[in-house]
Amino acid sequence: MFRKLHEPVSAVLTINIDGVPAAADPHESVAAVILREAEPWTRLTPVTGSKRAPYCMMGVCFECLAQVDGVASVQTCLEPVSDGMRVARQITPRRIGK
Amino acid sequence: MNRLDVLIVGAGPAGMAAAVAARRVGLDVMVIDDQPAPGGQIWRSIETSARRDDILGPSYVEGRAAVEAFRASGAAYRPRTQLWRIEPGFHAFVSRDRRSQEIKAKALILATGAQERPVPFPGWTLPGVLTVGAAQILLKNAGQVPAGPVWVAGSGPLPLLYMVQLLRAGGQIAGYLDTTPTGQWLSALRHLPRALRAASDLTKGLHWSAMLRESKTPVVKGVIELEALGEDRIETVRYRTNTGATVTSKADTLLIHEGVVPHLHAPLSLDCAVAWNSAQDCYVPVVDNWGETSRENLFIAGDGAGVAGAKAAQLRGELSALRVAEKLGRISTDAIATSARRIRRKLNRELALRPFLDSLFKPRPQVFAPVDGAIVCRCEEVTAGEIRALATIGQPGPNQIKGATRAGMGPCQGRQCGYTVTRILGAAQNRPPADVGFYHIRAPLKPVTLGELASLDQTAAHDR
Repeated sequence: MFRKLHEPVSAVLTINIDGVPAAADPHESVAAVILREAEPWTRLTPVTGSKRAPYCMMGVCFECLAQVDGVASVQTCLEPVSDGMRVARQITPRRIGK
Repeated sequence: MNRLDVLIVGAGPAGMAAAVAARRVGLDVMVIDDQPAPGGQIWRSIETSARRDDILGPSYVEGRAAVEAFRASGAAYRPRTQLWRIEPGFHAFVSRDRRSQEIKAKALILATGAQERPVPFPGWTLPGVLTVGAAQILLKNAGQVPAGPVWVAGSGPLPLLYMVQLLRAGGQIAGYLDTTPTGQWLSALRHLPRALRAASDLTKGLHWSAMLRESKTPVVKGVIELEALGEDRIETVRYRTNTGATVTSKADTLLIHEGVVPHLHAPLSLDCAVAWNSAQDCYVPVVDNWGETSRENLFIAGDGAGVAGAKAAQLRGELSALRVAEKLGRISTDAIATSARRIRRKLNRELALRPFLDSLFKPRPQVFAPVDGAIVCRCEEVTAGEIRALATIGQPGPNQIKGATRAGMGPCQGRQCGYTVTRILGAAQNRPPADVGFYHIRAPLKPVTLGELASLDQTAAHDR
């Protein structure tokens, strides 16, 4: 859906999105990386199960919620990537303790 | 933790300028911000985006000096920190790295800026539909552009600026669906004499329009209705113009922008007085000419106090910081009077263009009256039709609608649906928006986990 102007060059990081490795630049947000994926969505809604993707990129729409390193409902537009980060699309409503 | 002189919320133009001014007069200052780096949205990623300076242009690059001054100011800076509760006094409750903390301060400056006005239309929740601001943030933060030709829809200076930046970056534009009501030029004209005082900004806008014409970007004027269609992502865009023509086109991405509105959740949670601004179609906090709200020692600086742009935000930040210093007895009334005169002269120049822009880019009526099938509350998936159906049973306000439909109860807490609910009720009940009011905003202002709440007790014990 989105493409990078330059391939990641400086110290490429790798994050893992639902088991698929993705290259990332330092400082960019997890949401930005997801928007370059073949499946550019982050969560299924708890009400009708429809797909949602990052919409505002500034922390006010909560569409980019995903599970990051085991923590559910992380706003991925506010979350900078780090090497080895594990991201999972959020396909069920959040549960206490997850 | 000791009580700070002033806690500043937000590290954009207003917050950074306030911090620099407050530090200059020796105040004990902390700035918290939910982003990982200073700059706010306008100067997002300014410290790491140097290779994109030519694309983003001079007004963006200007932010680098502001961020450097802020970094050098000696203000304590806490990035990636979310404010979720404020109690009078002031006690601010924040979360960082999944732990919560209480911060005490004698004065509070909210420099939380603005967000793009939510514009519900059928299909706006589909992946591939984003705001123009979101696409610009992706360019600033990640150096990325829509992979295919992008449709840009809406009104205002931001779509023009983004399209110019996108063309410089080598991106492709399928077309610009200009929703600015045709003929608004005429009503804007009466504000032109004053706007000429800000001639350089006016020229900038004309320059963007000229660049767009030269690029042969298809422009459709007078677009009044918009629809995004697709299964799991946008596949086509359908629009209708004021001449009645309906057009359907293939679409990979669609960006929308219909102006910006102040962030009000924090001041509303403290019952600060707000007033309806019909020129900007939003509530603005009631503040004096220092930015102080109806609650003593609580200030709002920058676009959060009414949208006026980055330069005005810096000046308003400075004014609030000076007033805080005076109230805390750190500078004399005479000293701030001299500084304030100088700042206000500049501020008047910055505000000169605003009435012209507000009038020229006043949103089309359809922005506030989405069709029945459009989702209004994105989180809880409540449609305009469901809200309208309840609007005339008695005379419910936004909070009754919230209780009946769950609109506004999801994680965004009404940031996306609040205004639309107010406007739908207003139209159905024949009441002005000021009468209808807004959701009652309560803490937590951002979702907080039980673990974060529990960590408060541990940090308090640690302090003892």
